[in-house]
Amino acid sequence: MAESKETLLNKEFGPVVYDVEKWWAKKFAEAIDDPNPAWQKVTPPTFPTALILDDLDKAIHSYGSYTAGLNGGNELEYFKPIRIGDTITVTGKIVNMKERSGKLGTMLIIISELSYTNQKGELVAKCRNTSIKY
Amino acid sequence: MAKQVYFEDVNIGSEIPTLVKHPTPRQLVKWAGASGDYYEIHYDKDFALNNKLPGTIVHGWLHLSFLGQMMTDWIGEKGTLVKLGASYRGMLRPHEDLFCKGKVTKKYTAAGKNYIEAEIWVENPSGEKTTPGAATVTLPARK
Repeated sequence: MAESKETLLNKEFGPVVYDVEKWWAKKFAEAIDDPNPAWQKVTPPTFPTALILDDLDKAIHSYGSYTAGLNGGNELEYFKPIRIGDTITVTGKIVNMKERSGKLGTMLIIISELSYTNQKGELVAKCRNTSIKY
Repeated sequence: MAKQVYFEDVNIGSEIPTLVKHPTPRQLVKWAGASGDYYEIHYDKDFALNNKLPGTIVHGWLHLSFLGQMMTDWIGEKGTLVKLGASYRGMLRPHEDLFCKGKVTKKYTAAGKNYIEAEIWVENPSGEKTTPGAATVTLPARK
C-alpha cells in the first residue's frame, strides 16, 4: 500500500535478521571478482547491500507516480567487521525526501539510513543511501 | 597481493594503485544473484531502453564494490576500512574497461589511530569520472 510522505519519514523498518553463511560471502566476493583471501573470514566492504530491508525498498519503490528508479549513491561506515558466521540484524528509515528537476525530468531524491548489528548487539556498520525516482 | 603499506609511506597526493575492471553481462547477473538486486535495467536491454537508459548499465553498488576492492587491496591485511562511499553520476556500461583510482587528501592521527582520507573514483574509457567518492582508512605504523 502506498504511503504519504508524512507517514514514511522516520518510520522504522525492520528488523530483518540474516545469517552470514559461508557460501553467500563466497558468491558475493566472486561476483565482484575480488580474490582477496580475507573474504574467507570476513565479508567484502559492500556486503551490507545484500542484507536487504525489503519493506523499506518496497516503500521507496511504491511511493508516488514515478515510473523508474536509480541508485544515486551509497555511503558506508564501518565499526566492526561482518564475519562469516555472524547473525546480522538490519533496521532502517527514510530521513529525507525532496523533489528536484534534473536531466530525467522531475526527480524525487530519497535518503535512507540503515544500521547493521551483530549477534553480540554491536553496531557493525551504517549505510546512507540516495535513491532517485523519475 | 601487494606488500603492506604503512602510514609513514603515504603522503597527501599519494596515488592509490589503479584497479582495472571489465564487467560483463555475466558478472552483472552474478552480482544480481549475490546481492539480491534483480532490477531489470542491469540485464534486460528492452527494459532498460524503456526506462530512458542507453541500454543495460552496471549496478551502482558494483561500482562501489570495485572501489572497495581497490581500497582493501591497497591497505592490506593490517589496514582497516572506516568509510567508503560514492555517488553514481554517470552510467557505466558492461563490456567496457573501468578504472578505479584514488588520491590521498588527508593524513592524521587521532586516539592512537593513523587515519588516511582519500578521494576515490571510477573512470569510464573516455576518462570521465562517473563515480566520485571518498574513503577513510587506518594504516599501521612502522614503529
